[in-house]
Amino acid sequence: MDFLSTMRLALRALARNKMRSGLTMLGIIIGVGAVIAMVGIGQGADRQIQDQIAALGSNMLFVGSGSVNRGGMRMGSGATKTLVQDDAAAILRECPQVAAGSAGTVTGAQVVHENDNWNTQVYGVEPAYFDIRNWPPSMGVTFDQSEVDRAANVAVIGETVRKNLFAAASPLGETIRIKNLPFTVIGVLSAKGTSAAQGNDQDDAIFIPVSTHQKKLTGDTWLRFINVSAVSQAASVGAQGCITALLRDRHRIRAGQDDDFFVRNLKDMADSAAQASRIMTILLASIASVSLLVGGIGIMNIMLVSVTERTREIGIRIAIGATEQDVQRQFLIEAFVLSVIGGGIGILFGIASSWVISAQFKWPVLISPMSIVVAALFSMAIGIFFGFYPARKASRLDPIEALRYE
Amino acid sequence: MTTVPRSVPETVAAKASGAVIRVQDLHKYYVMGDNRVHALRGVTLEIARGEFVAVMGASGSGKSTFMNILGCLDKPTSGHYYLEGTDVARFTKGDLAKIRNQRIGFVFQGFNLLARTTALENTELPALYSRLPREERHKRAMEALNMVGLADRHDHYPSQLSGGQQQRVAIARGLVNQPSILLADEPTGNLDSRTSVEIMEIFQDLNKNNGLTIIMVTHEMDIAQFARRQIVFRDGTVRSDRYTPPNDCVDAAYVLKSMPTLED
Ligand SMILES: Nc1ncnc2c1ncn2[C@@H]1O[C@H](COP(=O)(O)OP(=O)(O)O)[C@@H](O)[C@H]1O
Ligand SMILES: [Mg+2]
Repeated sequence: MDFLSTMRLALRALARNKMRSGLTMLGIIIGVGAVIAMVGIGQGADRQIQDQIAALGSNMLFVGSGSVNRGGMRMGSGATKTLVQDDAAAILRECPQVAAGSAGTVTGAQVVHENDNWNTQVYGVEPAYFDIRNWPPSMGVTFDQSEVDRAANVAVIGETVRKNLFAAASPLGETIRIKNLPFTVIGVLSAKGTSAAQGNDQDDAIFIPVSTHQKKLTGDTWLRFINVSAVSQAASVGAQGCITALLRDRHRIRAGQDDDFFVRNLKDMADSAAQASRIMTILLASIASVSLLVGGIGIMNIMLVSVTERTREIGIRIAIGATEQDVQRQFLIEAFVLSVIGGGIGILFGIASSWVISAQFKWPVLISPMSIVVAALFSMAIGIFFGFYPARKASRLDPIEALRYE
Repeated sequence: MTTVPRSVPETVAAKASGAVIRVQDLHKYYVMGDNRVHALRGVTLEIARGEFVAVMGASGSGKSTFMNILGCLDKPTSGHYYLEGTDVARFTKGDLAKIRNQRIGFVFQGFNLLARTTALENTELPALYSRLPREERHKRAMEALNMVGLADRHDHYPSQLSGGQQQRVAIARGLVNQPSILLADEPTGNLDSRTSVEIMEIFQDLNKNNGLTIIMVTHEMDIAQFARRQIVFRDGTVRSDRYTPPNDCVDAAYVLKSMPTLED
């Protein structure tokens, strides 16, 4: 039988059992839809990470205390007490590739404004920090060197902190209490959103001069990190080398011994973030694939039922001259049509649910043409794979017994 | 006159036109657990082109088994079946499908039409598997329906047709690829007597005017009398094989005239 007639036959057979065909397709629709949506979410996250890292400024370097697992996922700064203020000053002084640096430390603290209180991270940084991180204030100003020099009680707050402590009121000039110390709010930072790499809200933070942080807030003179910007992107590798050599020397680390600090450039961060989001994409896609697999099994199941129900029809066809290939093709095309129509609707369903997800949860969703093509090919393959066994079973029927089948 | 007078003995006629079917010592048994059920125990016979044969015998005597082998739906356990001179055992599965499609028309007792498929589409079915172009398929199917007098019902579904009409569609389906042999296993088994004679009228017409070789299973004597030759099976062997003398042949069209019509 020619392809067109077989196709027509398949559509007719499927139309005959609309409810059943629909439900069978639903399995594929949900499966393909889930894969499309999940991959969309994964790729959206990946894109967001790339964008955020690019927005950091391509010449940023991050020096953290403690060692880090090479190739591992650990991104946070270590707890080891190894970095001091002099290290930061030495980097600026000794490394010509370094344009700016900011010593930094951090502590969690309860922050109170009138009757409102909020638990957040309080960072001690230097004025250059806001430039290095490319993070301008949306209101007011950030602190300057003189305020650092005299360990002034001034605070620049993140957008989330502002929302929680001040709501609609203007925070500028207001006094907040951090660990019971009064600070004057001089600025509010523009919203940066969720950090794609770490998954935390970057706006849930307060920045005060590092000197104030060390002397008045914690009494701890160790630094947790140093933010550095190289003079150019090209210089960042040189800067990384220079900083590493300098700090090893300053910390008296002998050859062969591990660093007690780590220096990451933008590419390192981008790489590990990309790796994380890729793992997430694969994880999401494999979970969704399970539903696609279930959909495929549904097709196989319904095709087996269909072959049994139509035993007599198959017997007639074989008796009047249908070859094994004819019969096999007939059922294979039926399964194929089921999965392809299901796959097509599933793609639309996946795109639609991605939109809903991105609108509802404000997640970035990226539907790439590649994922659509892959989903389409995959659903075709499912139809052929799961249709093969029932179709073969049909083609191997004994016509005499099939004709006698009630 | 409706019977064709023949001066030549049938056996000579068979040799002259060549045996279209020749079976030699056909055996067929089914294994059921420990015992063998013998359906055929050595059947040897020849059927010439243009014959109209009735195969008779009690239930379980092996008629259907014999027909299924002739129709290339089944294979004998031993023995040979020569179809138009070629041993069928030498054909591949694909060849056999092609033979069923092109050279043999099969009519079953239970009609075996596809439900929810019109008379025309049912008739077309074999042509679909011989990859004829669409228009040719339609043309041939309409011709075949016309031969059985059902052209005006081509768009009816089996459920909208009487038993006799369904059987006529099944015959049209058997004819659509213009086979040289028509095999019918109890074609009138589910039909009333008048409708049965109507089917015999069609068979006689096809046999006489189109030269179609017809082999028909029946257990009714008055149906068998419409054929020119009667072969009787018993316990898987041929018990008797005789030709109706030309003058004793019954003409179905003639018989119909004397029967009351049901559709008045
Ligand atoms: N598939 C089968 N399995 C086992 N025995 C069978 C099968 N088909 C037919 N037979 C047996 O073979 C014998 C001949 O059957 P069949 O050719 O159908 O007879 P008929 O058509 O003359 O009634 C019977 O005894 C029947 O029970
Ligand atoms: Mg029988």
